[in-house]
Amino acid sequence: MDRHVVAKVADVPPGDRKLVTVKGRPIAVFNLKGEFFAIGDKCPHEAGSLCAGRIVGLAESDVPGDYRLTRAGEFIKCPWHGWEFDIRTGQSWCDPTGTRVRAYDAKIEPGAELNKGPYVAETFKVTVEDDYVVINL
Amino acid sequence: MAMPNSIFGHPAIDCDVHIAVPNTAALMPYLDAYWYDAFRSRGIERTSFTLTGDPPNTPLAARPDWRPKSGKPGSDLELLRSQALDGFGSSIAIANCLFGGMALHSEDLAAVMCKAVNDWVADTWLDKEPRLRASILVPQQSPELAVEEIERRAHDKRFVQITLLAMGNELLGRRSLWPIYEAAVRHNLPIGIHAGGLYHHPTLNGWGSYFLEDYVANAFAFENQVVSLVCEGAFAKFPELKVVLIESGVTWLPAGMWRLNKTWRGVRPEIPWVKQVPSELVRQHIRLTLQPFDEPEGSGRLERFVEQMQSDQLILFSTDFPHWHFDGKDALPLSPSSPLAPKILYQNALDTYPRLTEAKATAAFAPKEISP
Amino acid sequence: MSIVTAERPQAQRPQRQKLSVVDCDIHPGFSTPEEIHPFLPERWREHVKTFGGHYRQAFADTLSHPRMAPEVSRADAWPPKGPPGSDLEFMRAQHLDANGVAYGMLMPLNRGPGNQRNLGYGAALATAVNDWQIAKWVTPEPRLRASIVVTQEDPEAAIAEIEKRAGDERFAQIMLPPRSLEPLGRKRYWPIYEAAVAAKRPLALHVGGINGYPASAGGYPSYYIEEQHTNVQGMQALVTSLVLEGVFERFPQLRVVLVEGGIAWMPALKWRLDKHYKRLKAEVPHLKRLPSEYIHDHIWLTTQPLDEPDKDSDLAETFELVGCDRIMFSTDYPHWDFDDPRFVLSKLTLSPEKQQAILAGNAKALYGLK
Repeated sequence: MDRHVVAKVADVPPGDRKLVTVKGRPIAVFNLKGEFFAIGDKCPHEAGSLCAGRIVGLAESDVPGDYRLTRAGEFIKCPWHGWEFDIRTGQSWCDPTGTRVRAYDAKIEPGAELNKGPYVAETFKVTVEDDYVVINL
Repeated sequence: MAMPNSIFGHPAIDCDVHIAVPNTAALMPYLDAYWYDAFRSRGIERTSFTLTGDPPNTPLAARPDWRPKSGKPGSDLELLRSQALDGFGSSIAIANCLFGGMALHSEDLAAVMCKAVNDWVADTWLDKEPRLRASILVPQQSPELAVEEIERRAHDKRFVQITLLAMGNELLGRRSLWPIYEAAVRHNLPIGIHAGGLYHHPTLNGWGSYFLEDYVANAFAFENQVVSLVCEGAFAKFPELKVVLIESGVTWLPAGMWRLNKTWRGVRPEIPWVKQVPSELVRQHIRLTLQPFDEPEGSGRLERFVEQMQSDQLILFSTDFPHWHFDGKDALPLSPSSPLAPKILYQNALDTYPRLTEAKATAAFAPKEISP
Repeated sequence: MSIVTAERPQAQRPQRQKLSVVDCDIHPGFSTPEEIHPFLPERWREHVKTFGGHYRQAFADTLSHPRMAPEVSRADAWPPKGPPGSDLEFMRAQHLDANGVAYGMLMPLNRGPGNQRNLGYGAALATAVNDWQIAKWVTPEPRLRASIVVTQEDPEAAIAEIEKRAGDERFAQIMLPPRSLEPLGRKRYWPIYEAAVAAKRPLALHVGGINGYPASAGGYPSYYIEEQHTNVQGMQALVTSLVLEGVFERFPQLRVVLVEGGIAWMPALKWRLDKHYKRLKAEVPHLKRLPSEYIHDHIWLTTQPLDEPDKDSDLAETFELVGCDRIMFSTDYPHWDFDDPRFVLSKLTLSPEKQQAILAGNAKALYGLK
C-alpha cells in the first residue's frame, strides 16, 4: 500500500471536493469541515462522476408532510440520476435493485434498515500530513 | 373456516362479482321523508343514473349466458347463485354494487344514494344469500360523508371492504382522503378501488371517442393511484392499510413498479417518508383481483407476474361476474395443480379481508331509517 | 489495506469501446431566453416581450411540478456559459464525441409552440425554432438532425410548416406533444398526418404537453415523482387513441416514434387492447386487425428512461415482447435521467445483432440514415 499525496489542504476548502487520480483510478476527495474523505468517483448505478454531483444533506421524515434535513453537507448526489451517497462511508441511501433474494416473502422490516441500500461507493483512507491530503492505496 | 372445494379442486373465494340496483325506485324504501319526497317530486326515482363508463348493453357488461332475460346485468340473484357461486363452487363472493348515483356532484345526494344502496344490498342480497359479502359504497367526493357512512355500516360484518373508484376527483393518496383510511383501518376494512369514474377526462390526454378506449384507460388510472398511494405517504401514515385493485387488468403492474422504483431512487428526498423501495410497499399493501387478466390466452403471464412482483400474495381470485372476460369456466389462467392456485383461489383473500374469517356473518341487522 | 470494497457487485461496465450509436433524443437549449427572438418576425418579437407565453396551467414560465435538478439537467452538463444543452462545443465534447453518437435527433422543447394558447404566436414560434435548429445546430454539426416542430392545434399552420421543410433532408421527423387538447388519434389532427405521409417523415411524439387536464384521470398529483410517472400514462393513452381511432387504417404509411416514454409498459398495453378489442370490436368496425398488429407495424419506441427491473432477464424479455426491431436507443442528453449507451448495453442480454439494431440500426432504417 502506497501513500499518495493528492492535494494541498488549501486546494480543498471545507465543503468542497476535488477529483484526483491515483493509480489510474478517479477518486473524489471531500473536505467535511476539516475532515477529509475519499470515494471512488464512479456511481455504482450508471457510472456517473460523483465528484460532479451536488453536495446535500439527508432528507428525513417521520410522517408524510414532515421534512427534516440532517447531516447538512455530508451527502453527494450523483450528477445524473440523483442517487445519494454518504460521503463518510460511501453508503448509498436508496434501496437498489435485487435486494430481495428470497421470493414470495413479503415480511415487513423497519424502514430505516432497508433505507440504506447495499450499494456502496468505494471508499479510501485519507490522511492529512502537514499541509497535504494523502490517500492510501 | 371449513370451505368445500371449488371446481378447481381447492376452496375458492370470488373477490369481485357485480350486483345491480334494478332501478332507482328500488331505493325509495331506504330514503328519509325529505329525500323520499324529493325523489318523487323531482323525478329522480325515474332516472337510471347509468354511468357513461358502465353501459349495460355492451358485450363486456354481461356474458351471453350470464345476462338475465330482463333487467340489468347483475340484477338477478338466481343467476348469480347458479352461475357465479354454484358455477365455480365458490364458498364466498364479494359483491360490488356500483350504482351511478354515487357520481352526483351534490355530495349530499350522492351520500343519500350510497346509504340507500348499502341498505338495499343488505336486505335484498346479503339476507337472502349467506355466501355473499358486500362492499360499502361511499360518496368519495366528501371524505366527511364517506366516513359517516362507513361508521353507520361498519358494524355489519358482512360488509368487508370500502369501495372507491379509480377515476375520482382527487388522486387517492392525497391527505384530504385520509379520514376514509383512518376509518378503514379502525374497522378492519380494506379499501377496494374499482375500475370506473365519477366522471372525468379518462386520460391525461383528454376525452377519447370510444367506450373501449375508456375501458382500456382504467389500467392507466390504477397505475396513477398506486403511485399516488405510495408517494403521498398513505401507507407511511397507515401501516395497516390494505388496498385491493378491482378489475384493473393486473399485468401492467410489474413494469409500473420498475419505473417507479427507478424514479424513487433518484428523487427520494422529495418524499422522504417513503423509506422503502416502492415495490416493497406495494407488496405489503396492495392486492389485485384476477379478472380481467390482460394477457394473450395461455401465455403463462400469471406465473411471470408472481415472479416479477416477487410475491404470490398479491392476486385474489375473481370472476368479475357477470362481465364477459372469459368463456366457460376459464376463470383461472393457471393450472389448478400449481402451488399458486390455493393462494390465489382463497388463501390470499383470507389474508386480505379480516372480516372473512370473523365469526359467521350475522343475519340482517341493517339499521332502518324512516320508511314512509 | 484500507479500501472498503462494495458489499455487492457493482454495476458491470463494459470496457470503453468504440461506440457508434444513433441517439434519438437530444435536447438543444437557448443560451439566453432571448436567443430565439431574432428568428421571430417583429410582430411576435414585440408580443413575446410584452405578453410572454400563455398556457393552460398556473405558471407562465415554468412547469407545475418543480423538478429535482435545475433545468431538469445533469449537474455535470452545465457548459462554462449558459444552461445545459445550449453550447455545441460542450455538447460535442461531453456527449457526441464521448459517446460515439453517429447521429443525434434534436428534440427541441423550447417554449413549447404546441402548448401556446395564442395559436398565431405558437405557429411563429414553431417556425422560429425550426430555423434556429438549422442555424445553431445542424449547419455547424452535421451529425445532428432537426425535427419539424409544429402547432398541432392549428393544423393549417402545421401543414404549411411541414411542406416548407419537406425538401430539407436535415429535418428527420415531425414533432408534436402527446398531451394535446384532445387525444391525438382524433380526426381534427388527421390533416397533419396526411402531410406527414406526403413529406415521408415519421411523427416524433416526445412526452409532455400542456392541455389543461390534470395529469391523471384521478386528478392532479402533488409531487414531481408522481407527475413524472404520468409520462407513461400519456404514452399509453396516445397509443390507444391512435390505434382505436383508426389512424393507421387511414394512413398505412404513417410511422410514429414515441420519445422518452420508456418501453416496459408496452407489452401489457398490447395485451389489454387486444383482449378488450375482441369483446368490443363492434364499437370500432373501422379496425381490420388486432390493435397489437397496428402497433407493431407503425410504432417505434425509444429506450430512455431505461426501465430497471430487479433482474436483467426481465428487461431482455420486455425488449423481445415489445419487438427488438421497434426499439431505438436514446439518451435524453442533457437531462438528469440521461442513459449512458454503455449502461444500456450492459443491461441488454440480447444477441449482438439485436443490440446493434437497437443502438443504431433501427433508427438508421427508419430515418434513412447511412
